Amino acid sequence: MNMYEIIFYFFAFITVASASVVVFSRNIIYAAFSLLFTFFGVAGIYVLLNADFLAITQLLIYVGGILVLLLFGVMLTTNTVNIDIKSGSMNVLAAASVVAALAGLLGGVFWTSDWFVSKQMGELPAQTTSKEIGTALITTHVLPFEIASVILLVAIVGAAMMARREGIKSQIPSSK
Amino acid sequence: MRARRECLACREKKVMIPLNHYLLLSAFLFSCGVLGVVVRRNAIIVFMSIELMLNAVNLSLVAFGQFLGDATGQMLVFFVMVVAAAEAAVGLAIIISLFRNKQTVNIDELNILKW
Repeated sequence: MNMYEIIFYFFAFITVASASVVVFSRNIIYAAFSLLFTFFGVAGIYVLLNADFLAITQLLIYVGGILVLLLFGVMLTTNTVNIDIKSGSMNVLAAASVVAALAGLLGGVFWTSDWFVSKQMGELPAQTTSKEIGTALITTHVLPFEIASVILLVAIVGAAMMARREGIKSQIPSSK
Repeated sequence: MRARRECLACREKKVMIPLNHYLLLSAFLFSCGVLGVVVRRNAIIVFMSIELMLNAVNLSLVAFGQFLGDATGQMLVFFVMVVAAAEAAVGLAIIISLFRNKQTVNIDELNILKW
């Protein structure tokens, strides 16, 4: 067992275990915090795949942004009057059988297929990938890049509009 | 059969983990996400499960891109992250305004759009 395998199985174990906690934990806070470890594990596997830029981006966006946003959501929607932090689940048997079938299909296809592996698969790791990604973003994929910026702008405006309190209009003195 | 495939994946270069292992991890993460969306009743947990599924897809994209020696996969992951961030912001805003109106985030009780 060499170093690559040890690191890969370490991060894979972290990811698998904490993803299971996210899905099966009764406590929302535990789920949110184990999602942190899932993101960390995936970021580690990105590093192992020589995607250094994506690993950093994963930590910045997912851990720094989305996870904090989720924790805010947990805190804002937990009923503080009657402690409602637990959350149930239902139809477990039917759902579990369907998901087991899906997992078997996906895993079977992924495991048994003879994937085409390029000869030059070691070419990318030679240097950092951020240069290649940046060049591709502003040359061949510039339209999706601009559309993504518009999506982010619309999301900011929409989120601010929806999360605002309804009664804020009554506080503003009317112009009449 | 498996030995042949591992040989194919690690023929010349230092990368020792075959592609199948990454894909299997991705499949597990995706199935976890689907299970969470289907089974759990709390809207925020459903949300976290969606993030799990997005992460699984990102992982398989990066793995394929690396094993094909192509940076396009990593760029797609970048766009997926952008959409995930936008989705998280808008979705949590929706959940918070729902909670303000209905005092619950249990998705079984949020059926006001049902005809």
